[in-house]
Amino acid sequence: MASSQASEPSAEVLKDLHYRMVRIRHFEEEAGKLMEQGKSPGALHLYIGEEAVASGVMVHLTDNDQITSTHRGHGHLVAKGGDFKKMYAELFGRETGYNKGRGGSMHISNVDAGMLGANGIVAAGPPIAVGAAFSNKYLARIEGRDRMDVAVPFFGDGATNEGAFHEAANMAAIWKLPVVFICENNGYGEFTPQAEHQAISDVADRAAGYGMPGVICDGMDAVAVWEAAGEAIERARTGGGPTLVECKTYRFVDHVGLRGIGLHYRTDEELEEWRARDPIPQHEQRMIEMGVMTAEEIQAVHDAVMADITESIEFAENSPLPDPADLLNDVYTPTAAS
Amino acid sequence: MTAADAPAGRQLVYTLAITEGVRQALQEEPLAFMAGEDVAGAGSVFGIYRGLLAEFGPDRVIDTPISESGIIGLAVGAGATGLKPIVDIMFMDFIGECMDEIVNQLAKMRYMFGGKATLPVTVLTMSGAGMNLAAQHSQSLEAWLCHTPGLKVVMPATAYDVKGAIITAAREPNPVFVVMCKGLMALPGDVPEEPYTLPIGKANVIREGDGLTIVAHGRMIHEATKAADILAGEGVSAEVIDPLWLQPLDTDTIINSVAKTHNALVVHEAVRFGGVGAEIAAQIAELAFDSLDAPVGRVAAPFSPVPFSPVLEQTYVPNAERIADEARRILGVG
Ligand SMILES: Cc1ncc(C[n+]2csc(CCOP(=O)(O)OP(=O)(O)O)c2C)c(N)n1
Ligand SMILES: [Mg+2]
Repeated sequence: MASSQASEPSAEVLKDLHYRMVRIRHFEEEAGKLMEQGKSPGALHLYIGEEAVASGVMVHLTDNDQITSTHRGHGHLVAKGGDFKKMYAELFGRETGYNKGRGGSMHISNVDAGMLGANGIVAAGPPIAVGAAFSNKYLARIEGRDRMDVAVPFFGDGATNEGAFHEAANMAAIWKLPVVFICENNGYGEFTPQAEHQAISDVADRAAGYGMPGVICDGMDAVAVWEAAGEAIERARTGGGPTLVECKTYRFVDHVGLRGIGLHYRTDEELEEWRARDPIPQHEQRMIEMGVMTAEEIQAVHDAVMADITESIEFAENSPLPDPADLLNDVYTPTAAS
Repeated sequence: MTAADAPAGRQLVYTLAITEGVRQALQEEPLAFMAGEDVAGAGSVFGIYRGLLAEFGPDRVIDTPISESGIIGLAVGAGATGLKPIVDIMFMDFIGECMDEIVNQLAKMRYMFGGKATLPVTVLTMSGAGMNLAAQHSQSLEAWLCHTPGLKVVMPATAYDVKGAIITAAREPNPVFVVMCKGLMALPGDVPEEPYTLPIGKANVIREGDGLTIVAHGRMIHEATKAADILAGEGVSAEVIDPLWLQPLDTDTIINSVAKTHNALVVHEAVRFGGVGAEIAAQIAELAFDSLDAPVGRVAAPFSPVPFSPVLEQTYVPNAERIADEARRILGVG
């Protein structure tokens, strides 16, 4: 197992990590309430508790780098610069949403920024990311660039039991593609604990079977994720091939929605233990101690994010619904006239 | 006698009828087991298997990893070697993950082996739109299965039929897909307490009539019945047939009805092009051409993925009004 090189994040990076995490947290808390008030149709899988993972990875990526996401995809899009207006509008099924209301939570995407979609199919992302990485390597070659764009699939512990994950990891490794596999190990696939769905406790152990480095980091610590992901992403960019980075994390709310379907599959003690490691207050404490931000400045970030959210929800609620006459649009790309 | 005239028996909602069907299948057959994602500890994300783990224990009610290929492969291997697998693929959309095991293994093994293997496998899966779950959690893919020789496919849309379908499938020595309808989970109905089966390949005549035959399956049987009510108010007597078994299909019941009514309308929630309705319409055209007063009509989903936005989804899924409209068009009335 490769150990990540210790390097110090700048004040700017610390603030950036914080900003992304705070945006995710408030976006998700409000989205969860909207779902439970019946204002956001369908099912929302919330990212609350796992913010450090998306944020720690995304700080290293530009809009030219791609990610693939999961059913739990809002946090990935927010961290990749997602616009709250277009996001809430999508959750509400409005024409002004990122997917014009056609996809909703489980398919929310922003192809322009390299966000190749949340996904309703578990483990669908890694093979698609391998395709994007193939494209990145191919284009870098024909354009004569020695630094490549990187593709980053996010996926859960449960997803690593799908054949699709295995096929993607193997292909990325044999072709040394610029992929960084980010496993968000939150200890459960739906309601099944990891110990019952796989016979290992570290998903990173699987990396050896593909011939790629496997790294474990604290997924409740944005700086730890930033460090581990940074090293893997730089290696991928410069032709060193893929890495599997496992982030140990936890979802604070239920599999779907805030309260979920009321199954008692996690103990209160376990929940409390992880909640005590909430990535956001932890990070804020560190910044205050380091003198990077004051408590007042931190509060101002939260306030600004909340103001953006209030305005964005209003925008979404007042946005037009899709026109049923457009139902068949976008099934196909129009064929160019010959 | 129609269901409406029958004395009311014990009422059970669709979800609990599913549970009872699986419970009785496991009770009567010690070689039967159930496996799938979150079927044991959680009793399924739909709550349809609650209590089974407690009753039968972890050797017979088994949580699998998220591995649909593995789940169907498990059923093929265990079925071919003497067990009676009952497996669950949570959302029908996920059969995409395991189509090789379904199409190339489960369906064909017996034939390829010259009849030397038996595959007593039951696959339970939940289909259908209407809950704003978007393009990958709302599909009705029964046509994929019906196109594959070696599989039997039943699509129960009442509490009575879903329990009966499960027990029938579990006792059957062939692979049977029980395609359930998530839009009907809260639907109550008469469900006898004792185990019972359904005749394989036998349609339900839900309502008799002599002016038009409406053949509808899955959740659409309820919309077709509503449409028949609307039409009755306009003096049109529609017969509503639920094939129930899509493979094998009860051609006789459909053809006999069309011979009586001279008009036919086929309805389903799946995409119209290449849907099961296309096969039914073709059979009517082949076998009852001389009886028809008008071309066979069809009401089904348009040729697009299931959209998320509720306004679009409502347009997408067929309903009673559209069925009644199409009936009027066929009959040249209204
Ligand atoms: C192919 C497929 N199988 C099953 C499901 C149902 N499902 C949705 S999320 C989920 C659990 C995923 O667990 P994990 O990958 O650990 O992600 P987490 O939800 O913990 O973030 C399952 C089984 C699905 N969406 N797709
Ligand atoms: Mg998980």
